[in-house]
Amino acid sequence: MTDKKQLKREQIMQSALELFALKGFYSTSVPDIASSLKMSVGNLYNYFKSKDILAKEIIKYISAYLGKKIREVNEQNISTEEKTRKIIEVYFKTAMLKPEMIDYFLRIYLSTREVFNEGCEGMICVNEFVTEIMIYFEEGVKCGDLRDQDFFSAFGLFMGYLGGMVFLKGEKILPKELDEYVDDIAFNIYKALSK
Amino acid sequence: MKTKVLWLSAIACNGNTHSFLNYPYMEQFLNDFEFIYHPVIDTDYTLEEIVSSVIACDILLIEGSIAEDFQRADTSIVKIIQTYSKIVKKIVTVGTCATFGGIFRESDYKNVSGLHFNQELPTNTFREIKDKTVSISGCPIHPEVLVNTLYAIKKDIRLELDKYLRPKEYFAYTIHNGCTRNEYFEYKVDNHKFGELEGCMFYDHGCQAPYTQGSCNKILWNEINSKTRAGLPCMGCTEPGFPRENLFSTKKNMGIPENLPVGVGKRVYLTLAGITKAFTIERLEKKLLND
Ligand code: SF4
Ligand code: SF4
Repeated sequence: MTDKKQLKREQIMQSALELFALKGFYSTSVPDIASSLKMSVGNLYNYFKSKDILAKEIIKYISAYLGKKIREVNEQNISTEEKTRKIIEVYFKTAMLKPEMIDYFLRIYLSTREVFNEGCEGMICVNEFVTEIMIYFEEGVKCGDLRDQDFFSAFGLFMGYLGGMVFLKGEKILPKELDEYVDDIAFNIYKALSK
Repeated sequence: MKTKVLWLSAIACNGNTHSFLNYPYMEQFLNDFEFIYHPVIDTDYTLEEIVSSVIACDILLIEGSIAEDFQRADTSIVKIIQTYSKIVKKIVTVGTCATFGGIFRESDYKNVSGLHFNQELPTNTFREIKDKTVSISGCPIHPEVLVNTLYAIKKDIRLELDKYLRPKEYFAYTIHNGCTRNEYFEYKVDNHKFGELEGCMFYDHGCQAPYTQGSCNKILWNEINSKTRAGLPCMGCTEPGFPRENLFSTKKNMGIPENLPVGVGKRVYLTLAGITKAFTIERLEKKLLND
């Protein structure tokens, strides 16, 4: 794919994300997305053959985006405690700068499973993100910082907590900005996962 | 002319001898080779004679771990090796103990190791004879791998060796290569019960084959079977670190195997595993026979 075409794809995904966050997934149509970009519906179909395909590509795009950021943390020569904090920072920063991304992940990907059943089985479409979380856990256990346990019990604790906070923020229930919670949350999560 | 071979036992359990005796074409072998001494086969010389003089010999085979204070016929094993290694054409370490130290590193002798390696680390005592040495690791050795190597030496065939001096012909493969359970590995189906036909033992049952080098699934044992085909995990017996602990369970950190297939990076492994885990292949979940 040429850089230009890739750039256009990303623009389409970004506009779709914003519209989904604003109007909801089902109420947003392909013509809505096309007109927000001043492009024809036919041209948009050159990039994504259907709304469902677009939906799946978006989740992969978000997963790759977050995966890349967490990989940068994993590759640093720092303690598991510091990594924990940095991963939380990455997640909250994304939620603040690109709220539509996390919103899509929580409200659309996790709760509109019928769209993702085929082609996004299991965790395939969020592989890059989950792989980095796995590496963070695995290395934490291996160096003796984290307690060995079932992957999902740890994953649920970590992601459920962060997702819950972003959800509360989205509902305008949180009194403070997300980044003001990083210290406490990093402390709680590390305490819960460490030996 | 028969090639003359000395089989020297250091700190050993004789397991390699037993394995060697299962070689299916022994008669042919004994037409081409002659033991000047072997601990369980009748020979022309006694061990005392071997030690007190120097008997003509072409190949020195060493079985068992080596320690200066271990003696045979009142003579240090190190001294016997030094004497014979000078006159022979080649030296072969027979088994993991003679190659890497093996299980007898745990014995009470001092500084126990293999001939050239203490697990992964090179040792110094015998460095002048390193060029002459071929390692056949395994606990025990695979009889065909040993015998074929001896024939190669007899016929002056140049053997390509790996960093532990093992012939690549046999040790460039992993044990995983050729296992009848490969399909289960591909799709991450373990749910194995010991001795049953179904399931790969990598994920839960401790199979070390993907990171163990050797030919067990290429040259079958007794020309019939291998551990992993029969339903027992590979215990990594050809590797410098053998034996590890907990041979029947896979060491995992938060569900992720600590040791991955040779040369496969963690990200690659987890990505592939994530994809296959998302699917259930019904055929592989069921029993093959009598379902
Ligand atoms: S049982 Fe062992 S050798 Fe066989 S496929 Fe699984 S990992 Fe490979
Ligand atoms: S299968 Fe593994 S443990 Fe068994 S003999 Fe082969 S290398 Fe050794």
